Amino acid sequence: MAFRAEHELHKRRLGRNVGLGFVLVTFVALVFGLTVVKVTNVGQMQGFDHVIRPELVPAEVAPPTPRPTPTPEVAKP
Amino acid sequence: MSDTQTIGQAGEAGFGDYIALLKPRVMSLVVFTALVGVLVAPGPVHPFIAMTSILFIALGAGASGALNMWWDADIDLIMKRTAKRPVPSGRVQPGEALGFGMALSGISVVMLALTANLLAAGLLAFTIFFYAVVYSMWLKRSTPQNIVIGGAAGAFPPMIGWVAMTGSISVEAVLMFMLIFMWTPPHFWALALFMNEDYSKAGVPMLTVTHGKKSTRTHILVYTILLAPFALAAGFTSIGGPVYLLVSVVLNAIFLWGAWRIWRRDEDMAAADKYAVEKQVFKFSLMYLFLHFGAFLAEAALKPFGLGGW
Repeated sequence: MAFRAEHELHKRRLGRNVGLGFVLVTFVALVFGLTVVKVTNVGQMQGFDHVIRPELVPAEVAPPTPRPTPTPEVAKP
Repeated sequence: MSDTQTIGQAGEAGFGDYIALLKPRVMSLVVFTALVGVLVAPGPVHPFIAMTSILFIALGAGASGALNMWWDADIDLIMKRTAKRPVPSGRVQPGEALGFGMALSGISVVMLALTANLLAAGLLAFTIFFYAVVYSMWLKRSTPQNIVIGGAAGAFPPMIGWVAMTGSISVEAVLMFMLIFMWTPPHFWALALFMNEDYSKAGVPMLTVTHGKKSTRTHILVYTILLAPFALAAGFTSIGGPVYLLVSVVLNAIFLWGAWRIWRRDEDMAAADKYAVEKQVFKFSLMYLFLHFGAFLAEAALKPFGLGGW
């Protein structure tokens, strides 16, 4: 025969399980939110070690390269 | 004889009992002071990072509360104020409280490290250790100065909030720490003056028990005098300003006056009016801390309008 009587104990267990479920869902949502914020707000970084990725940094304007000094032409005989 | 038995009812905790293990009232103070630490810190931080950091600081504080309840279950059972807590009342087993506290400590520290930075997480880990081990296990039952040194545990949250946002400890963070650290002794000793009986029964060496109430009254006055310079000094840093300084001067003047009144009274006078002044000063001390941190917030809120700060 199934045990159908609703006991205060069952209510307490239900409350605990529902509470724990709520906490776990909240925790997952927090970790998901954190991931989204971290990934979208860290700038131009490598994902694996959080360092600046040189190829993504806008290239600095290169200083004008000095023109090679012309070698004096030697008059051919 | 009945052929069915109901077992384990006393030890069957509800969800609320686990929340009670986190000491929600203490947590609310931690949330408030950590929130101020986060909001007054310079530099733009994503609101979600700020909110999550506060949450994990509060969770760490709650974890240390659970560890404290596990360790102190024997004296909690003796004191009227704490006898109904989940562990002494038998709803939560001591081992459960220990496991709960340890698990939450680990989760809060690791998550704060991932959310903010390692220094903030390290400070949170130290705070939990300080409250659970240094205060609860060591100082609380061995020295009447337990409140003085143990107060550091409650003083860390605004500093952790600041460090979580800036990544470093600065004079502002230290002064917020000192404000709570120096405030704790006069606040708790004012309470101990009229709640003496509970601590005596439990054998906790509160100053009122070991050195008597006259000495406690002197200690309250001395610590209130020592507190004022730290509170006022914060007004001259980047988190202070004219509003904070004005609030602080008024609050310190009232607190000093209250401490002076407590110092001048003897036990006969206090018993005659049922510790009216002591109760007044205790209630005011709560307001004192709340308004100081509220003034920090006000300064930070006024800054965008060009009004806050110096």
